[in-house]
Amino acid sequence: MGAVLLAILVVPFAACLVCFVAPVKVAKVVTLSSGVATFGLALVLVPSHEVATAASGWLRADALSVVFLVAVTFLYAATSVFTVGYMRPGSGASEARYSRRFFIGFNLFAWAMAMTPLVNGLALLWVAVEVTTVVSALLVAIGDTDGGVEAAWKYVLIASMGLGIALFATVLMYYAGSSVLGGSYELFYPKLLGAAAHFPPEIVRLSFGLAVLGFGTKMGLVPVHTWLPDAHSEAPTPVSALLSGALLTVSFYAILRFYQVTIKAIGPAFPRDVLLVFGLASLVLAALYLASQRDLKRLFAYSSIEHMGILAIGMSFSAPIAVIGVLLHVLAHAAAKSTAFFGAGSVIAKFGTKEIGRIQGGVGALPWSGPMLLLAVLGLGAMPPFGVFRSEFYIVEGGLQHGSTALCAVLVVFVTCAFLGLSWSASQTMLSPTPKGVVRGEVSAWMAASMVIGLAGLVVLGVHPPAQLSGLLERAAAELGARR
Amino acid sequence: MAALGTSPTALTDAADVLALLVLLSEFAMLRSSLSRSQVRLYAFQSLCVSVLAGFVAATQHIGDLYGLMGMSFVLKVVVVPMIILRLVKEVRVDVTDSHRLGVATMVLLAIILSVFGIFVVGRLPVHSKSLPILALGLSAAVILVSFLLVIVRNDVVSQAIGFFSLENGVSVASLVLAAKLPLIVELAFLFDLLVAVVVFGLLMRVHHGRARTLSTRTLDRLRG
Repeated sequence: MGAVLLAILVVPFAACLVCFVAPVKVAKVVTLSSGVATFGLALVLVPSHEVATAASGWLRADALSVVFLVAVTFLYAATSVFTVGYMRPGSGASEARYSRRFFIGFNLFAWAMAMTPLVNGLALLWVAVEVTTVVSALLVAIGDTDGGVEAAWKYVLIASMGLGIALFATVLMYYAGSSVLGGSYELFYPKLLGAAAHFPPEIVRLSFGLAVLGFGTKMGLVPVHTWLPDAHSEAPTPVSALLSGALLTVSFYAILRFYQVTIKAIGPAFPRDVLLVFGLASLVLAALYLASQRDLKRLFAYSSIEHMGILAIGMSFSAPIAVIGVLLHVLAHAAAKSTAFFGAGSVIAKFGTKEIGRIQGGVGALPWSGPMLLLAVLGLGAMPPFGVFRSEFYIVEGGLQHGSTALCAVLVVFVTCAFLGLSWSASQTMLSPTPKGVVRGEVSAWMAASMVIGLAGLVVLGVHPPAQLSGLLERAAAELGARR
Repeated sequence: MAALGTSPTALTDAADVLALLVLLSEFAMLRSSLSRSQVRLYAFQSLCVSVLAGFVAATQHIGDLYGLMGMSFVLKVVVVPMIILRLVKEVRVDVTDSHRLGVATMVLLAIILSVFGIFVVGRLPVHSKSLPILALGLSAAVILVSFLLVIVRNDVVSQAIGFFSLENGVSVASLVLAAKLPLIVELAFLFDLLVAVVVFGLLMRVHHGRARTLSTRTLDRLRG
């Protein structure tokens, strides 16, 4: 399995290198092939009960890593399909330069995100997350627009400051470990987890709090979320999809790695409380903001904050079924949100605007993408038979088992508020009469095909998740201390 | 060498002075009006951090830290300031008025944050062989004041310098808490800083190219 880990990192990086020299058409094919191949390689790891390692132990994939790897690589593959249609052939040199930069950055971004769950240890984890920040900041600004530059500056500054705090958290955890493991040691997960029971509790507590604050900045947790709506709305649509579906969850993965050590050291009460506070704030604020959005991509950005809040709340319940629900939610949200952004990309290309008030009759104008965008919105709102319904059902069930009835009620109320805000805006744009002069037809078959892929994934997760995937989720939940 | 932090000696005093210089240069960056002065202050602060790394390497006999000191010196005292100074020179704009608050108010806030950092972190149950515990409190103060710098100054150079100096604060904390952190990890951190500097530099250049200013006052289109 070690070879698979290496291949998962080599393939997108090689694609990135090829894009430096290849013409745009070749870059599209290479990116598409790389996306599909990387996803295929990640699937190979799903049934394995063994912990795969490579590169002298610096790379490691346990069940928790594989869950996030599957989410990242699925998005990489689906977004690669979307990108084929999204990147139109341009005649000028500037278009070719833009396309080349885009494909280089896109593959590098996917590589950095795939690396994050595969590196072994908290220090390299921080490095990988920082790499995702700098690469994605450049992708946000790639269009060289006023909005893009503003969003990229806010993003790189706020996220980097957050990661500075996360670095402090990492140093503190190293210090906590040094009391047991000696002055010089690698921050490998098994080593930390093995010794965590003897770590000084005050230091671990501070480290976990700072890690949630620091990595939470990149995850989009309120109140450190302010870069997120800007970056998601101003980035090119494929980048928005990757930011929302993969980058945020990869940052959540970093928090979970700290969570694993913390619960071994000081028990689950403190980490639960911290996650609950951030999760509730994110859910409530996002649900309220969703109702007042005027920009289609900002609408989905706030929906991402809402779903990150749900993940944090789900972890705070910590019942096994809730943790399984959280991990399933990572996958389902990735599929639903990417589909929504793909649909938004088609709508924006069709109507030439992101403003909700100026988009009319999306379903009439886009016979495939329009209805699929509505389905994605229903999926995001946790309607059956989609995966988000199943995952949120598990989370609420776990909350009830945990005895958090009032919290479950709050969760359901605000998820419903968020759904109303989301569906109101979506129905306004998609179900109204199509204005005269708007030609009926898809912008690109590739862009529509990417939505089919996203929706298919969402339905599979909702109706009947494959047994091997369910087994993987159970193993990953057990690694997080939630054994059934 | 005996564990530092138990009784004051000439060595612990020297370490405390160096850590204090790191904090004082942060204060100076906060109130400095000229971008060039800020960058030079950052270079001075980085020099203090590098010397502190050398101090720990010498007193604790940690060979790896000499390598780190060298890399830190080259990157943070020479390369990063050079990149930012070149940008400031190219754009021919040296911001003179980017304070959101008066200097007295800013310094007062910075003092409050520093006292908070020094006393709160000083109460942690930390025992370090490499540096006195006061240095950890001072590093927390540097981190907090760097946040203040980013918040109260509205020009891209100050904000970028704020982030870089935050990293200096974490470096001091790392010398107190994790002096024996493996060299490869330290190098990875430094490499990441270099990449971040390049990205910050690129975005600063693009921002100036579009807005013809280094001020962030124009970055107010995206709301809601």
